[in-house]
Amino acid sequence: MEIPVMVGAGLVVIGVGIGIGNIGRGAMEAIGRQPDAYGKIQTAMLIAAALVEGIGFAALFAVS
Amino acid sequence: MALIPLKLKHLLPTLILALLTVQPTFAAKETSDKGDLKTEIREYIMHHLLDSHDFNILSYTDDAGAVHHVGMPLPVILWDEGIKIFSSSKFHHGETVAQVGANYYALDHGKIYKTDAGGTINYDENHHATNLAPLDFSMTKGVVTILFTALLMFFLFKGLAKSYKTNGQVAKGVGRFFEPIVLYVRDEIAIPNIGEKHYKKYMSFLLTLFFFIWFLNLLGLTPLGINVTGNIAVTFALAILTFIITNVTGKKDYWKHIFWMPGVPTVMKLALAPIELLGVFIKPFSLMIRLYANISAGHIVLMSLIALMFIFNNWLGSSLSFVLAFAISIIEILVALLQAYIFTVLSALYFGFAVEEHDHEDH
Repeated sequence: MEIPVMVGAGLVVIGVGIGIGNIGRGAMEAIGRQPDAYGKIQTAMLIAAALVEGIGFAALFAVS
Repeated sequence: MALIPLKLKHLLPTLILALLTVQPTFAAKETSDKGDLKTEIREYIMHHLLDSHDFNILSYTDDAGAVHHVGMPLPVILWDEGIKIFSSSKFHHGETVAQVGANYYALDHGKIYKTDAGGTINYDENHHATNLAPLDFSMTKGVVTILFTALLMFFLFKGLAKSYKTNGQVAKGVGRFFEPIVLYVRDEIAIPNIGEKHYKKYMSFLLTLFFFIWFLNLLGLTPLGINVTGNIAVTFALAILTFIITNVTGKKDYWKHIFWMPGVPTVMKLALAPIELLGVFIKPFSLMIRLYANISAGHIVLMSLIALMFIFNNWLGSSLSFVLAFAISIIEILVALLQAYIFTVLSALYFGFAVEEHDHEDH
């Protein structure tokens, strides 16, 4: 694989990592504030994480 | 949530069940050539990801050097100026050319091409075959799996529905496990996203989608080596269904929001229209890509880790790779459920947009 492809794929993974990490942080803080809303927050976190992951996969798909 | 005490008698069957999900590997060949092993691994992984015309469970090389295949050939159905049906055993796993009447067919990377008696396949610069390919309607591995899953789901849920009648509103049997899941799809996925008024007509599609994707993902993790949802054609079909249902059942508000978004200045209305129109196509497209990439990437990672065991070929490296592969396969079981859930939730969300009616006082 050429260097630009590798760099591109690496950047995509960094982006997805930061994105999902932020979603996780928001979810943890929200659970900390209101522990009984755990179920709803978990559901919303998973949906948002899947969307971010979807962009990441689409980008990896296009890059490779 | 109460703490579940960890009993050893519960742990052992779970462990065995989880171990069964680790794919059985190809023949351990004594080879000193690293490059040779790597190409063989790459071809094996590619072969697993693609669909194939026979149900090949495993193959091994005995001491005499002969390769034995354990599996079942599936019927090949072609349309090449007339319907041609023959067993894929004529291909002998891609080694020979099948002769049907006056035509010769050869397998190349899982696809059937029309060739001459010698089985020559002409490649262009990008290593794509340029032979004529007849229309392929075969019962491949994926088709058989989809039919099997469809029958399984049909009998499972028919039995569940019937058990309500005979048992007085209480489910009996294996269906009991699926009743809370069906209720979850209705109460947590369909009603919040689509609304009380319209959710009923989408329920059958959402339920089918959820269980279909979940069962196919789980089947892909078994040692049978069937990869259906990691096939972009299958996910394309599922996404197209969501696309068609969204747009056919879209109400006036839905189309208005795409082409002439109410509540914004006219300049922005014109700017938003192409973006929203693009969104109509990109949303199902992302559904397709998300499921396809998640599942096939998971398979590739899992198989590469198992192959790593053979590359290391010593006690320490191989056992560490095995532990890692085992952990990843546990994660893949979670991903199987999660991807089915995400596909269903997003489809329900798009259906909700299609039937949304709001009073335009605040717009």
